[in-house]
Parts: sequence; structure tokens; C-alpha cells
Amino acid sequence: MLLNNNNRMFIIAVLAVSTMLFAAHASVAREDDDEDHGRSPAVINAKWESECGACHVAYPARYLPAESWRAIMSGLDKHFGSNASLDSADIKEITAFLEKNADTRKKSHEASGKPLLRITETRWFKSEHREVSDHTWKNPKVKSRANCGACHTKADSGDFNERNVKIPR
Amino acid sequence: MVLRIIYVLSLFIASAGLWAKPVFAVTPLEVLAELKTEAAGTPGFEGFSAAHGESFFKTKHNHDLSCSSCHTDNPAAQGKHAETDKLIKPLAPAANEERFTDMKKVAKWFKRNCNDVLDRECTPQEKGDVLTYLLTVKK
Repeated sequence: MLLNNNNRMFIIAVLAVSTMLFAAHASVAREDDDEDHGRSPAVINAKWESECGACHVAYPARYLPAESWRAIMSGLDKHFGSNASLDSADIKEITAFLEKNADTRKKSHEASGKPLLRITETRWFKSEHREVSDHTWKNPKVKSRANCGACHTKADSGDFNERNVKIPR
Repeated sequence: MVLRIIYVLSLFIASAGLWAKPVFAVTPLEVLAELKTEAAGTPGFEGFSAAHGESFFKTKHNHDLSCSSCHTDNPAAQGKHAETDKLIKPLAPAANEERFTDMKKVAKWFKRNCNDVLDRECTPQEKGDVLTYLLTVKK
């Protein structure tokens, strides 16, 4: 059967839209793929982003081991000097997300054997930042080691690539 | 034919939610009404005051902190977390239409921030005064 021009255009338009929708769907599904959790900056969860990211950078799950995240999430009423309690449904969802995407490569413990609660105390963090001078750490524009965004200009989107580091003067 | 294509395309786009405007669960005025119902139960309640709300907002309470420590003295401006420097979107509904549109969120943040600033929860009177003040703030 031969198609006239109009019908052909119609079919092409429908195919194009279907492809767009399929692509959008596939990119959502990718968030659930836990095979590449080591480096991928794109692993996000809406609750984690809105709750953890309200007061500080939503620290990526891959920077602490699961046991650290469990300890943090079970002690939110005393969260680094603030009561950051959440309701139990939110705690459950965020903890599961953090555990699933946590660092599995190394065991980060304090000497006491308790899980580390601060990313800045991990051996990995200290090594990555060994070239950062005291002068920079004390710069009021940096203020705290927890303030990733002071230098990592794209920290909010989970991008800690060295290419996007700009140290304030 | 062209119309048919436009129709099908718009159906797809609409169903994908790309044209959807944000829909909020409640309005700031409904939040205020809810606070008024709570406050009405306390003895001597005479309504909310924007002036009281403003002074409460800007006064340092405990730990040398006030609401404006993070939200700044101008609630229509962008704020900054006092500890972490994390940017905070404007608090006044005139400057940020998402504010005070979700009862659960409102309750959570009043509880949390009052605990940080006053070491206690705020009373319905205090919350209503502050929201009344915030509603008077122009962009």
C-alpha cells in the first residue's frame, strides 16, 4: 500500500514522539540501576535531595559506607548540633537509598570501631584534599569543610569533578 | 492533517506533564487559617500581628540566632544557612510561590527551626504572627 505524504508525516510524528517518551522513560529507569554506583554522579532520590539538601549539600551516598549512613539516619535527632528528625516513612526511604548506593570499596572506621559520621574524616577525603592549603580552609568564603559548594561549583548537582573546582580567593 | 498532528502532539505533551503548572496542596492563607484555629484554643488570643511577627523574626533568641540569621532581614531575599552557607530560597510567599503551600512541610520546618533558635517549639501565636508578617512582605 502506498502512503500519501500526509499520512507519512503523521506516522513519522507519532514515531518521533514515541521515541522521545521512551528515551525519557529509560533515563528515569537508569536511577534504579545500581551497577555503576562507584562514580556515577547521577544517582538521586527526590526525598534525599529535598530533605538532606535543604540545609547542606545533599552528600552523595557513595562517599560513606552503608553502616555510616545507618548510624547517621538513626541519630537525626542529634544531627551535628541540630534536631533534624524526619518522619519514619522518610527515614526508611532515604536510608534505603543511601545504603543501596553507599561506598562498598572500603571500610571506614574510627579507631574506636564506630562508623565514621563525617565524610571529611575519611581517609579518601583527606587524601583527595591534601593539596588544599590551610589558608583556603580558613577563608571565610569556604567557612567549613562541609561546604562543598564553596569550591566544587557544581556540587549541588552531584558533580565533584576537579575540572569544576574553583577555589575562592 | 496538520491539525491532526498538532492534536496528537499536544496530547502527548500534555500527558507527559510538560505543560502542567505547579499545583499546591494549600495556600498560605489556608495555613494561616489553620494556625488561627490552633491559636484560638489558647486563653487571651486576640488575633495575629504582623508587627509582633516581624520583631520575633528579627530578634535573636538563643544561641545568638534569629530567624533572620539564615533567612536574612529581608524575607523576600535569598537566604544562607548560618552554618553551612547553603543557599535558602526566599521565605516570603510574594517572592517564592512554593512557600507555605504544604502543611506537612510548614509543620516540619517550624518545629525544626524553632528548636534550633529557641530550644523549644513555637506557639501557634508566634507562628501565626510570623506568617502574618511574611504575607505583608512585598517582593
